[in-house]
Amino acid sequence: MRFNDLLKEIFWAISGNKARSGLTILGIVIGIASVIALLSLGQGAKSSIQSSIESIGSNLIMVMPGMQRSSGVSSGRGSAQTLTIADAEAIKTSISDISGVAPVTSRSYQVTAGSNNTNVQVTGTTPDYSIVRSITLSSGSFISTGQVTSASKVAVLGPTTRDDLFGENAEAVGKTIRINKINFKVIGITTSKGGSGMTNTDDAIYVPITTAQRNLSGGTRISSIYIAASSQESMTSVQEQITTLLLQRHNISDSASADFSVMNQSDIASAASSVTSTLTTLLAGIAGISLLVGGIGIMNMMLTTVTERTREIGLRKAVGAKSSDIRRQFLFEAIALTFLGGGIGIFFGWITSLIVSRFISIQGQVTLSSILLAFGVSAGVGILFGYYPAKRAASLNPIDALRYE
Amino acid sequence: MIECQGITKTYQTGDISTTVLNNVSLKICNGEFVAIVGPSGSGKSTLMHILGLLDTPTSGKYFFDSQDVTKLSDDSLADLRRKKIGFVFQAFNLLPRATILRNVMLPLVYSKIPENERENQAKKVLDDVGLEKDHYQKLSNQLSGGQMQRVAIARSLVNNPPIIFADEPTGNLATQQSRIVMDTFKKLNKQGRTIILITHEHDIAANANRIISIRDGMIVGDVIK
Repeated sequence: MRFNDLLKEIFWAISGNKARSGLTILGIVIGIASVIALLSLGQGAKSSIQSSIESIGSNLIMVMPGMQRSSGVSSGRGSAQTLTIADAEAIKTSISDISGVAPVTSRSYQVTAGSNNTNVQVTGTTPDYSIVRSITLSSGSFISTGQVTSASKVAVLGPTTRDDLFGENAEAVGKTIRINKINFKVIGITTSKGGSGMTNTDDAIYVPITTAQRNLSGGTRISSIYIAASSQESMTSVQEQITTLLLQRHNISDSASADFSVMNQSDIASAASSVTSTLTTLLAGIAGISLLVGGIGIMNMMLTTVTERTREIGLRKAVGAKSSDIRRQFLFEAIALTFLGGGIGIFFGWITSLIVSRFISIQGQVTLSSILLAFGVSAGVGILFGYYPAKRAASLNPIDALRYE
Repeated sequence: MIECQGITKTYQTGDISTTVLNNVSLKICNGEFVAIVGPSGSGKSTLMHILGLLDTPTSGKYFFDSQDVTKLSDDSLADLRRKKIGFVFQAFNLLPRATILRNVMLPLVYSKIPENERENQAKKVLDDVGLEKDHYQKLSNQLSGGQMQRVAIARSLVNNPPIIFADEPTGNLATQQSRIVMDTFKKLNKQGRTIILITHEHDIAANANRIISIRDGMIVGDVIK
């Protein structure tokens, strides 16, 4: 049997029973479409998390306070207040290969400007913060060293905060806002980074760290230190040097009992991407179950077809068809069904991912690999679930098949 | 030429074994028109299936064109059927959703004959069996029984086999239609083809030149006119 003839036979068989073929294909369409859509959205989520982690700043190292332990009871990582501005200054003066060190203390406050008010994260920091977090200004200027030294009551606003307090794109530099009932003068507005949710760097206020300690939080402790390494290659050595320096400064000899932790941005990025990968795999796995159900539908239809066409199979054998011809015909019929389902499924999965992308902030990405995967899987499903019915057709005895009523 | 020696066919159902053919020996030469007659259950259909290479005997030897075919594989039997044998069945066994032309071309699909030649070959045999051209594109279930059986005969002829097996070809037909079908077989026999006809009707068997009677799995008569 030529391949051309095989295709014709398959076309006649599938088009001969449109309703049944259509419903069977629908099972595969739903399976493939959901796999494609979920993989695409998973990929989108991963990229979105990746880019928002990158927006924190490049070559970034973070030093967080360790756990506070009182008679063996831990209050959790970050609860201790063991870091000081002096630690940050020591890092800056004694460690090479760094382009900036910014101590940070931050807390949410209710902020008002005229009749508007909003609740926003207020970060007390130093001029280096704009280097380590790659912050640029759309107008005005960032906090200066002089303002830190003199603990000036000045503030730099994120664009979202500016919009909330003064209205969309209003001129805010030079105006006054009230944080915790204290007047601050707005000196600059940062450029939008387009972040969202928890990592939204557009909804923020930056003030000199000294001002924050003196007028807002009222303590000498800081919540973390951000350090920018001068290059990707020096990250590891910088991280080690910081650890050694801080252990020495805090008089701790055993690094296992350190009262701080040093992390870098790629640690966070890889943790986050492993979470999204796991979730994507899980979701695609659930979608895969519907594909399995679709495959069972194919097998069911093929078994019915083989039974219905028993006499035809007998006749084909009588006129000289070999068992392999019969097996091939029915196997390819099943594969054709799953391929049709796979093709339509990719189309609908793509559409679904586009539609869903419009409603949530994730931009779905249909990748070539997920399309190849879908085709591979649908061919696999066709072979897997078509093989048994095809084998059954091929093994029919021609006489029994001809006699079949 | 086909020859069988001591063919026995036994079916085993659980503990009970049924002998359908018992030590059958016969010889049919090229160009003969043979009718195998017998009541239902006599084993004549089983004999035809074995002679037509659709089934294999439990014991005995069968020579098809001087070749011992009892030991051949299923694929070799399929090849022989395709090249040497045409079948006509009582129930016509046409593909219901296919056109007449496609039905007749079906065996050619397995002979790997180029597509453009298939249609010519199919039209030639349809003309041989006397089916009018305006039926060629019709679906098989739009024809009368006699026309359907002639389509089935055309299909059996399309690979130009030397032997035609016909299993009760007139069983579903009215007298008038039966006569046309039998005349077609006679004409084919005159062209030199071997026709082996299975029937239980004696007036249909009377069309043949040789009548082999079978009863309880054994040959009880062999008359050459």
